[in-house]
Amino acid sequence: MTELKKLYDAIVAGDAKTSLAITKEALAENVTPGELVANYMIPAMDEVGKRFECEDYFVPELLLSGRAMKAALGILRPLLAASGAQPAGRVIIGTVKGDLHDIGKNLVAAMLEGAGFEVTDLGTDVSPEKFVEAVSERKANIVCLSALLTVTMPAMRTTLDALRSAGVRSDVKVMIGGAPVTEQYAREIGADSYSENASAAVATARRLVGEAAHA
Amino acid sequence: MLETPSLFRYDSLAIPDVNELVFGKAPRPVKCGFGLEIGAGMVFPEVNFTLPPIGISEETWPEILHEYEEMATNIVRRAVAMKVPGVVLEFELLPAMTEKPEWGAEVTTLLRRHLAAAYDQHKMLSALRVTPTDIRDQGKPPLLREGEPCDRLLRSFELTIAAGADIISVESIGGKEVHDRALMMGDMDAIVFALGVLCPADMRWLWKRIVRMCAQSGHAVPGGDSACGFANTAMQLAHQKMLPEVLAAVVRAMSAVRSLAAFEEGAVGPSKDCAYEGPVIKAITGTPISMEGKSAACAHFSPIGNIAEAMCDLWSNESVQNVRLLSGSAPEAFTEMLAYDCRLMNVASERGQALALRDCLTASDEWLSPQAAVLSPAATIAISRAIVAEKDDYRRTVAAGHTAVAIIRDGVAGNGLALSKKELQWLNRIEAALDALPATGDELEAALGEEYHGLFRPASYGR
Repeated sequence: MTELKKLYDAIVAGDAKTSLAITKEALAENVTPGELVANYMIPAMDEVGKRFECEDYFVPELLLSGRAMKAALGILRPLLAASGAQPAGRVIIGTVKGDLHDIGKNLVAAMLEGAGFEVTDLGTDVSPEKFVEAVSERKANIVCLSALLTVTMPAMRTTLDALRSAGVRSDVKVMIGGAPVTEQYAREIGADSYSENASAAVATARRLVGEAAHA
Repeated sequence: MLETPSLFRYDSLAIPDVNELVFGKAPRPVKCGFGLEIGAGMVFPEVNFTLPPIGISEETWPEILHEYEEMATNIVRRAVAMKVPGVVLEFELLPAMTEKPEWGAEVTTLLRRHLAAAYDQHKMLSALRVTPTDIRDQGKPPLLREGEPCDRLLRSFELTIAAGADIISVESIGGKEVHDRALMMGDMDAIVFALGVLCPADMRWLWKRIVRMCAQSGHAVPGGDSACGFANTAMQLAHQKMLPEVLAAVVRAMSAVRSLAAFEEGAVGPSKDCAYEGPVIKAITGTPISMEGKSAACAHFSPIGNIAEAMCDLWSNESVQNVRLLSGSAPEAFTEMLAYDCRLMNVASERGQALALRDCLTASDEWLSPQAAVLSPAATIAISRAIVAEKDDYRRTVAAGHTAVAIIRDGVAGNGLALSKKELQWLNRIEAALDALPATGDELEAALGEEYHGLFRPASYGR
């Protein structure tokens, strides 16, 4: 019998090879994909997030853990989809029009994925129209907008306007972030939330999805 | 088109004596603009400024020009009131102003007009640095040597030079598509590949063109590049506790090699303010440098606020938004702060106390952070010597990395540099990775993880 705690340990240690091997063994022993994800993989990424927050892990360790999680998810996803299991939420993420910076955005995307969200990354310099299109196509719950420049921040407002004009604003929660962005700015433009860093973004995304489910 | 590789390589230091490596004085001063001579004994403020949050479009363009009018008026007024012996204004184009090069040129003309008027009315010596945005990173992977973004960038250099730019700089991004991923993964092999192979190849291609354009203009000088997108990214991620500080320090030292390539192609300085690798450039080439530190806290935080000042020839605030403060506008306020910083340095020089001030600036930061430790005058000389002892960019980069590790180890062993257990683990990991690197950049490329190969176009680097 496979010791499933090793899956948790492999993800925390960022060991993709082991996480994949144990996942395969567990499936062969008829452990359900849902059990692996809920009881071992998401708790492992939560532990990684905690270690990052208390500065025991840097981003490279965090990303390696995300990679180990992704390796296991690669074989679990089709099985989860077949069983009708839903991701923690569906996220559209991108850096707004005119802005080419993507390090922070990539980090948020990786952490959300690690937390069980299905993430569609639209990249950088993303037009409002592309965000609108992706929200409709992917049936997203959350849109994450990133900007690093003060002069591209107004594109966040334009994107929100486009979501409103397209009639999809009420379908999604909008989170914003980036060096010059503030809580106050989020309120000003009518975003649902501002996150200061990647781990805060995960907590916020979970809260927003929970609120939407209970609305 | 394949190009003949440059033959010129620095193999010795223009400033071999650590006691000659001091603010305000460079063996190869630069004359530019309205009677300004940089590096000839005095330090001048370099004021950098930017717009408050505002979209850039045809509709807002008149408002944007008004913002620049206001900033230029306020900065010049403050500089005159402070009786500065000279000043440099830096105009960093925003991406939209490089996308439409005519916009960047229009602002250049506007700023130049203010400096001309200040010279006519007050005999204020000055120069205008113009820094187009490197917008070539739009494609995935980016197309660096051809295509619309590249054409627009080159056109932006041409038009801003024609509009009166005195100093041309850029924060070029060649190699960043690999370096960003490598940095986030803490992957030293890929970091070295980006910094030591890709970056210098793009730098040499780009700077050959900038130098040619400046020479043809008869007035503009090719200032220099900055490893901002590389080493400053690492510094900021370390500041946010996302990356180890020791990694940021080693990346800083290694990044000097790519920035040096601009000078081997003909750049003459003053190098860019955010190029904290500047002291290494100064020691090797003898050209003046611009630096930023504590007076750039308006733009970003750093653990190197004083030590960065120790060897500067221009002293900058990096960037400040045109917002209102209690005293006046922010660009005006930062002009005053920089002017006072420079006054102090210049009085120290006049009294023969420059070295004493330099050493105080150094000692106040040096052993509080590994990032400061690699920036001291002594560390600068050690890193510079390691670089010029090697013949190619790849080996220079590895040598700079090894030297930075040694400096940090010495700091821990004998100078009270305190590193956490986690930072020490990373220092060991970095050293082991450097030790294990192959002899050539080509071998390293062949051994590189598959995930990196799709990130860059070899043709963009002449490979």
